[in-house]
Amino acid sequence: MQLSREALLRAYRQMRVIREFEERLHVEIMTGEIAGFTHLYSGQEAVAVGVCEHLDHEDKIISTHRGHGHCLAKGCDVGMMMKEIWGSREGTCKGKGGSMHIADVAQGMLGANGIVGAGAPIAVGAALAAKLDGGGRVSIAFSGDGACNQGTTFEAMNLAVVTKAPCIFVFENNHYSEHTGWKYAVGTGSDIAGRAEAFGMRVWRGDGTDFFSVYETMRDVLEHVRGGNGPAAVEFDTERFFGHFEGDPQRYRGKGEIDRLRKVRDCLTKFRTRVTGADLLADGDFGRIDAEVRDLIEKSVSEARSAARPTADDVLSDVYISY
Amino acid sequence: MAKMMYREAVQNALFAEMERDENVILLGEDIVGGMGTDGGPEAIGGIWSTSVGLFGKFGPDRVIDTPISESAIIGAAAGLALSGKRPVAELMFADFIGVCLDQIWNQVGKFRYMFGGKTKCPMVIRMAYGAGFNAAAQHSQSVHQILTGMPGLKVVMPSTPADVKGLLTQSIRDDDPVIFLEHKALYASSGEVPEGDYTIPFGHARLARAGQDVTIVATGLMVGFCESVADRLAPEGIGCDVIDLRTTSPLDEEAILDSVEVTGRLVVVDEAPPRCSLATDIAALVGQKAFASLKVPLTMVTPPHTPIPFARELESAYLPSADKIEAAVRKIMAWR
Repeated sequence: MQLSREALLRAYRQMRVIREFEERLHVEIMTGEIAGFTHLYSGQEAVAVGVCEHLDHEDKIISTHRGHGHCLAKGCDVGMMMKEIWGSREGTCKGKGGSMHIADVAQGMLGANGIVGAGAPIAVGAALAAKLDGGGRVSIAFSGDGACNQGTTFEAMNLAVVTKAPCIFVFENNHYSEHTGWKYAVGTGSDIAGRAEAFGMRVWRGDGTDFFSVYETMRDVLEHVRGGNGPAAVEFDTERFFGHFEGDPQRYRGKGEIDRLRKVRDCLTKFRTRVTGADLLADGDFGRIDAEVRDLIEKSVSEARSAARPTADDVLSDVYISY
Repeated sequence: MAKMMYREAVQNALFAEMERDENVILLGEDIVGGMGTDGGPEAIGGIWSTSVGLFGKFGPDRVIDTPISESAIIGAAAGLALSGKRPVAELMFADFIGVCLDQIWNQVGKFRYMFGGKTKCPMVIRMAYGAGFNAAAQHSQSVHQILTGMPGLKVVMPSTPADVKGLLTQSIRDDDPVIFLEHKALYASSGEVPEGDYTIPFGHARLARAGQDVTIVATGLMVGFCESVADRLAPEGIGCDVIDLRTTSPLDEEAILDSVEVTGRLVVVDEAPPRCSLATDIAALVGQKAFASLKVPLTMVTPPHTPIPFARELESAYLPSADKIEAAVRKIMAWR
């Protein structure tokens, strides 16, 4: 393990922020105060953070409908994101995007995306721009076991190989394409990375519930791609703790499945067990971060609740109109 | 002024903008041609010869020949645009928007608004459209009615080589996504093109013929048909005001309304099918804002609501023509 104490604290904090953000939303959505469709990332935090801890704002990522984790890991502002989800004009997208369209291009975050599989081609374009600019920057398309079945993903992988674009296809296999099991929907049975490999790129696999597995895998992937060797793909096996969307009754889950996953596949618990076991961080460190993050999320919710609402005039700005 | 063909004006504008701004990147199927063959690159320079010589001048990083993957082409252009480049993507045929509509409609057209105005998406999607080559139902369509209906996109339909150059230059410099529709039956047409660097602003129609008796609104290939009708009728004392819209989004409402106020008669000519179309849109505009000026009911000249047929006789019967437009004008002039 090569991570400094600061890096470990930071990684834990990032994962904790995502977890707290999502668990709080789960509660708030029940009250009916938040409008629209929300897809929570709880359970997958190790992937977003294990990937994005290697990046800075000049590297690009594009996300999915389940995008809060990627946004937070890439540096989007917690308070502004919460305001966006509340539909405030002070939100990341002035209340025009909502949960599924949070973007911060200045941070290299090219947007969550409501269309499954739409992000991969766009990530290839960002990678081509990085290649033109030089400097070893990369672009990352977060996709899932659902998006791996979209033709757009296939087109994007082939184009990336053909153009040697520094693009990384990260497949987060959370075992559910919406309400359908991946063993049914992914024709290759147990292998998404193998598909990517068939397109002619190097692939890796890792445990998406283990921050260290993700982080160390990504170190190798990024060295390969930043080195000008063209695209790569990674499949991380991970877990989704909530439904496809908030309100999903999840009848497709096995008996006791979620309790079991939270017990044995929780990336935060695993991180803590491993790090305290190796005497790298102490219980007090975690307690301090947990309290600080709770306060941060509490503050962001109370500020979102009282933030300025958009007005009817705001409908007409930020787009060219001729009618 | 220099005389050049419509297709040469496309190449000319692309060349000049690529030279002027290193952020201008081209991508599309066979825009180089011959990649991976014994014959070697630059076998064709685009199936419409609109990118001839660009690969040799600007190289493979800026002239990217892609696989047949329309969604990836438009998506990659979007990613380039979000990353500070000014991509110009080519769809070989406008009909292929069906393959990549998500990227055009749900992605590039929405970024600026959906992201709260904090980003722009400066990209051009060029595509060859239109009938006249007996290319049948999947390679002949006019798709502007679909794209004009999508907020966030600008839609350009040049009818002359001079307009191609000025409007394409404007499209590349514009900060919004622009659909640039090139009529395939016009590629070989010639016209005078001003020398040097110039742009034509969007939303400003061109008065192709001036007259006091009837307003004829058209785009693309239809404009030339309307001009010939105006020329045929002028000796009979029928004055046609022929408005070439140039862009359907933004739409130059003022040019249409001002003309109808004078003439009181309107013929809308459209190459797209008649329902929920540019023609019906203009009819609705005039109905709302110039109803009192109309002396007689307005009329539309469009194809029927059918797919585009293959056989020569069938395609001719399908497509608006100068004769059909002339008949419509005569009818509206005789109405009482």
